[in-house]
Amino acid sequence: MSSVDLVPVLLIATPILAATLPIALGLRFDRVGWSIAALTTTGLFAATAFLATVVYGDGATVTHALGDFPQEYGIELVADELSTLIALLVTGVAAGVLAYTRTGGPRGNTFYTGYLLLTGGLLGLTMTGDVFNLFVFLEITGLGTYAMISSGDGPESAVAALKYLILGTVGASMYLLGVGFLFMATGTLNMAELATALPDVEGQGETLVRVAFAFVFVGFSIKVAQWPLHTWQPDAYQHAPDGVTPLIAALVSTVSAYAFGRVAFTVFGADFLATTPYASEVVVTVGSISVLAGSTLAVIQRKVKRMLAYSSVSQFGLIVAAYGLVTETGLVGAVVHLVGHGLTKAGLFAAVAVVSVSTGARTVDEYAGLAKRRPVAAMAMTVLLVSLVGIPPSVGFVGKWYIALGAVEAELWPVAAVIFLSTMLTLAYAARLLEKMYFTPAAPTERPVPPGAAATDGGSPVETDDPDRVTVGMIGLVVAAAVLVVALGFAGGTFYDLLEPFVEEVFN
Amino acid sequence: MLELLATHYAYALMFVLIAIGLYMIIANQNLVKKVIGVSLFQTAIFLFFISMAYVEGGSAPIVPADETPGELVVASPLPQVIVLTAIVVSIALTAVALSLVMRIYAEYGTLREDTLTEVRADE
Repeated sequence: MSSVDLVPVLLIATPILAATLPIALGLRFDRVGWSIAALTTTGLFAATAFLATVVYGDGATVTHALGDFPQEYGIELVADELSTLIALLVTGVAAGVLAYTRTGGPRGNTFYTGYLLLTGGLLGLTMTGDVFNLFVFLEITGLGTYAMISSGDGPESAVAALKYLILGTVGASMYLLGVGFLFMATGTLNMAELATALPDVEGQGETLVRVAFAFVFVGFSIKVAQWPLHTWQPDAYQHAPDGVTPLIAALVSTVSAYAFGRVAFTVFGADFLATTPYASEVVVTVGSISVLAGSTLAVIQRKVKRMLAYSSVSQFGLIVAAYGLVTETGLVGAVVHLVGHGLTKAGLFAAVAVVSVSTGARTVDEYAGLAKRRPVAAMAMTVLLVSLVGIPPSVGFVGKWYIALGAVEAELWPVAAVIFLSTMLTLAYAARLLEKMYFTPAAPTERPVPPGAAATDGGSPVETDDPDRVTVGMIGLVVAAAVLVVALGFAGGTFYDLLEPFVEEVFN
Repeated sequence: MLELLATHYAYALMFVLIAIGLYMIIANQNLVKKVIGVSLFQTAIFLFFISMAYVEGGSAPIVPADETPGELVVASPLPQVIVLTAIVVSIALTAVALSLVMRIYAEYGTLREDTLTEVRADE
């Protein structure tokens, strides 16, 4: 066994084992959590980059059979073109967000235990090649997320976390039920084995497979926050601590959406989606409605974080609709949009956190005149919003372009219309924020008075308006996200080349 | 129809339990009862897996010490292993859920969802 085969295991085992360290070492040292998390996530990113050079450089899929059990009984970890890309996103964002939490985020060693556990769960979700193992990691990710959300100071965060917990558990359980039906039909849980066994299933078994797909789809619709099952997401994003929202918004639903794509295309296969009556139609419809409902709800929000949360509902709607197109271009577009949206939202929520830590502004109205007060943050936010709308050159444009192209190829004109409409609606709420930041002068009376709750970390209340609390790391994170989003806008062709082997395999 | 029900009553029972669990989650105002609903929902799925593994006339899937045991009829062990894992996950979830409920009660002094909505609207 060569050393690269061990990387997928280490990617999952290291953060979960390291999660115990902040608590253990915290008994002796005071603020050791951040250092451990930073070391671990940076190491994970380096390991993933190494894995990427092997996967993309040699064009080889790296698989590791845990405990050397044969494929049909054991659990496999698979790093192919698709999962490596998502793993890069997960480790990159997890390492990057720490730049904010160093001074701005929730403190305490237990927070970083949850942080590492969440990272491990997300990487497991990305790498696993076993449908039941996927359920376990879905729940580990969920547990980490609930803990992260409830680490906020206010009681509201506990309510938001409980709401997400109940809905998230129902979603994961629905998925498990779907897995049960798949197992009944085929007798195996390995994704590769399922992919070969499913096309041969006939008669009554076919009904089982269709039921399985229905449950899997509903389960993931909750996890990915598709309308009307999205209600947990705005609460969770809004009430999570500012340092946590970038991580959750960028990764949790993104990796769930990736997992849905993995199950839909690797396990069920493109043929199943195309030939089963109404399967792709239902997926496309749910996605399209989410696009419209999510962006409409985003336009009417007053709180910036909530607005961006509803925007996530609509962006994930685009991705789910792109899955339902069942074309090569559509699938590439979905993956590019997954990565692009993850980066954009990480940057946007980090920018929102920077703004609220330095000026206390949280609503759209309070953003008035921000460009004068915080020029760098406002500039970066503008670039990120432009990417969210999908104006070239930005990664948001590349994703939407491929999805639209896929819709045209599949001759699904309503979907093409929805994509166009979603761009207009995204522009509606993005422009609202831009107009406030650049063209509305800050009314002197609107200068927000720091509320008493802002002093919960032991600082004096006046500190809220102190620009010194914004560190170079925080600004660096936001600017890095903005630069990356633009840079990847030129990499559309590269994305296509990287993903091509995977897409070819799915459609042939 | 009746015959199908007589032979497959375990599956029918499972879906009844799932429906009761979902109904508790949606309709009950008490947060603790909602958590109980989630547990019931999950337990029903565990029962589904266990009944799926049943083989008529099969015994527990334990390999005897005898080197040539001959033909054995045993229940499928894989779903049982799955359920063991899933039970552990569900216990962790219930623990986290109950700790969140405790925190909500400590902050708001209520366990009812409608009262909670009123209290939060006032703030």
